[in-house]
Amino acid sequence: MAVETTTEVELVDLAASPLRDLNRRLHELAGSDSRPDRWRVVNTNGAHAVACGLDAPIEVEVAGHVGYYCAGMNQRATVRISGNAGTGVAENMMSGTVIVGGNVSQSAGASGRGGLLVVHGDAGARCGISMKGVDIVVRGSIGHLSAFMAQRGTLVVCGDAGEALGDSIYETHIYVRGRVAGLGADCVEKEFRAHHRAELHSLLERGGFDDVDPSGFRRYGSARTLYNFKIDNAGAY
Amino acid sequence: MAAIHAGGWQPGLRESYLYDRNVIAEIQRAAREGIYDIRGFGAKRRVPHFDDLLLLGASISRYPLEGYRERCGTDVVLGTRFARKPLELKIPVTIAGMSFGALSAPAKEALGRAATEVGTSTTTGDGGMTPEERQSSKLLVYQVLPSRYGMNPDDLRSADAIEIVVGQGAKPGGGGMLLGHKISDRVAEMRDLPKGIDQRSASRHPDWTGPDDLEIKIIELREITDWEKPVFVKVGATRTYYDVQLAVKAGADVIVVDGMQGGTAATQDVFIEHVGIPTLPAVRLAVQALTELGMHRRVQLIVSGGIRTGADVAKALALGADATSIGTAALIALGDNSPEHEEEYRAIGSAAGYYDDWQAGLDPVGISTQDDDLAGRLDPVLGARKVANYLRVLTLEAQTLARACGKSHVHNLEPEDLVALTVEAAAMAGVPLAGTNWIPGSGEASR
Repeated sequence: MAVETTTEVELVDLAASPLRDLNRRLHELAGSDSRPDRWRVVNTNGAHAVACGLDAPIEVEVAGHVGYYCAGMNQRATVRISGNAGTGVAENMMSGTVIVGGNVSQSAGASGRGGLLVVHGDAGARCGISMKGVDIVVRGSIGHLSAFMAQRGTLVVCGDAGEALGDSIYETHIYVRGRVAGLGADCVEKEFRAHHRAELHSLLERGGFDDVDPSGFRRYGSARTLYNFKIDNAGAY
Repeated sequence: MAAIHAGGWQPGLRESYLYDRNVIAEIQRAAREGIYDIRGFGAKRRVPHFDDLLLLGASISRYPLEGYRERCGTDVVLGTRFARKPLELKIPVTIAGMSFGALSAPAKEALGRAATEVGTSTTTGDGGMTPEERQSSKLLVYQVLPSRYGMNPDDLRSADAIEIVVGQGAKPGGGGMLLGHKISDRVAEMRDLPKGIDQRSASRHPDWTGPDDLEIKIIELREITDWEKPVFVKVGATRTYYDVQLAVKAGADVIVVDGMQGGTAATQDVFIEHVGIPTLPAVRLAVQALTELGMHRRVQLIVSGGIRTGADVAKALALGADATSIGTAALIALGDNSPEHEEEYRAIGSAAGYYDDWQAGLDPVGISTQDDDLAGRLDPVLGARKVANYLRVLTLEAQTLARACGKSHVHNLEPEDLVALTVEAAAMAGVPLAGTNWIPGSGEASR
C-alpha cells in the first residue's frame, strides 16, 4: 500500500475572506500537526502583513503582489510570493525560506535573525538593514544603504549595489557581482578566500541560482575600525 | 595671595555665574580627554516640574473623602482601544523599559518581582527579553526598538503588551551605545554581536520611517499576535502634541510620553541636558492632543520623566494621564546611590547622591553592571521588597492627595484641582497661577 502524501492545497481568496482569518488559521498550525501544510493565497491585491508570524513547517504560495511586511518574523515556513513585495518583506525572520518572484521594496529582510530570503528581481533601499543572521540572495540589484549596521548573516547580490553599501557594518558578509556605487563607513572590499567561495556557492545554490557564475563576485565586510569608539575616527561618521 | 591658598571662600573671590566650577571642570575635562561626557541618569538642570504645582484640597465648596477609611481606587486598564487582552494594573505606576545589558540580571529580576508583588507591569529594554525577567514579571511589556536586538516572535507572543519605542525623554532623536566593557558573553549572544565591541542602538527603526508606515507596522504586530496585546507607542517629549496625534492615527492603544528628565543608561551629557521638553508641558500637550481627537481615556496615556513621589503621580494624573512610569526612582529604591556604599563610590571618583556613571559598569550596588561579582551583590528578593515598598508608598501618597481633593479614584483628579506656583509652570501645565485665574498662553495656539 502506497504511503499517503498530502497533495491538497488549501485555497484562500483574500477578496472573499479577511486577512485576519488567513493569519489566524496559519497561526493555529503552530504546535499542531501543521495540516493542511500547503496553502495558496490569491487576490492579495497589495495587502499588508500577509502570512506574517508563521511558525510551522508549511508552504504558503502567495499569488500576486503584496504590501508591507509579508512573511514578517517567519519561523520554519516557506513562503513564495509570485509578484512584488512592499517594504519589510520577511522582516526579522528567524528561520524558514521566503522567495519573492518579483521586486521588493525597501528594508527587505530587515533585522532578520535566520532563514533565507531569495529575491528574483531587484531590491530597494536598505536591503538587509540591521540583519542579524539571515541570508539574503538577490538576483537583481539592491538600493542604497543596504546592509546598514548589518550584524550577522550573508547578503549576496548578483547585480549592482547602491550608495553606502554596508555602512557601519559589523560581521555580515556581502558578495556583489556587479558595480558598487559606494561603500559606507567602515565597509571595505575584503580578500576572497576559498571558504568564502564555498559560502557564496552554497548560497547561490540554496537560492536556486545555479546559472550564476560565482567567480565574478567581490566580497565586502567590516574594516572593524569603528567597533570601539575612538575620537580619532569621528571624521568617519 | 597666601590667604587664597589657605582654602575656602573669602570676600573678593567671586565665582562666575556663566563659568561656574562645573563648567570650568567640564571644559578642562574636554580639553584633556577629547571626547564628550557620556553618563547615565537624567537631566540634572532645574526645569519646571510637578513641584511647581499644588493641589487644591477640599474645603467648603468641595467635600473630602475620609483618610484611612473611604475607598480611593487606583486601578488602571491599559489598551482598551483594540487589544483583546488589555493590561489590568492595580496601581497607576509602572516600571519603565530598562535593558538587560544596561542593568544586571538580578536588577531586572528584582524589578519584575516588585512589579508583580504590587500588581503592576515592568518593561523589557534594548537587548531583548530574558527568561528570568519573563518568569519574575506577571505583566511584562515587550519593547520593539530600532536596534531590534534580541527581537523574537516567541517573546513577542509571550509578552502582555508591546511597546514600540520611537524615542525616550533623555535623548529624543538619539540612539544609544552600550559600551564594550559592559558586553558580557550573554549580552553579546542576545544581541548577535561579538563580545567587547561597542553596541550601537540605532535611532531609526529599520523597517518603517513615518506615521503612515507606523500604522502598517502596528497592524503587522497585531496580526502576528492575533490582536491580543495592547500596543503602546513611546515617544520622548519634543513635539508632543503632534507626536501623540500621529501615534493615535497610527493605531496605538496606549501612548507613553517620556519627559526630558527621564533617565538613560548611557547618553552624552549635552544630549540629556539640551534636547526635549520637560514632563510638565508634555503631559498637557499629550492630553490636549488626545482630547481634540476625542480619544482622551480611550487611548491611555502613560507619563514618565521625573516621577519621584505620590505627589508627582497625583499631579500627572490630575493633568490627564492614566498612569505614570518610573525608571530612575525604581533604581534608587533598589539601592542606587545608597550612602551604604559611600566608600566605594569615592573609590571610583563619585559619591552617594551624585553617582551617574551607569554606563561604566562599575556600579558598587550591582545594578548597572555586567560584572558577575558586582551583580552578585544585589539580592533580587531583598531588592524587590524595597522597590515594592516604594511603589506602595507612591500609591498611598497619591491616594491621600486624591482623597483630600474628594476623589474616590485617582483618575477623578482633574486640572481644576491644580494651581501653579510660577508663571512658567502655569503656562506649561495650563493651570492658573495660584491665587489668580490667569493661565498664561491659554487661548493661543500652544503646541
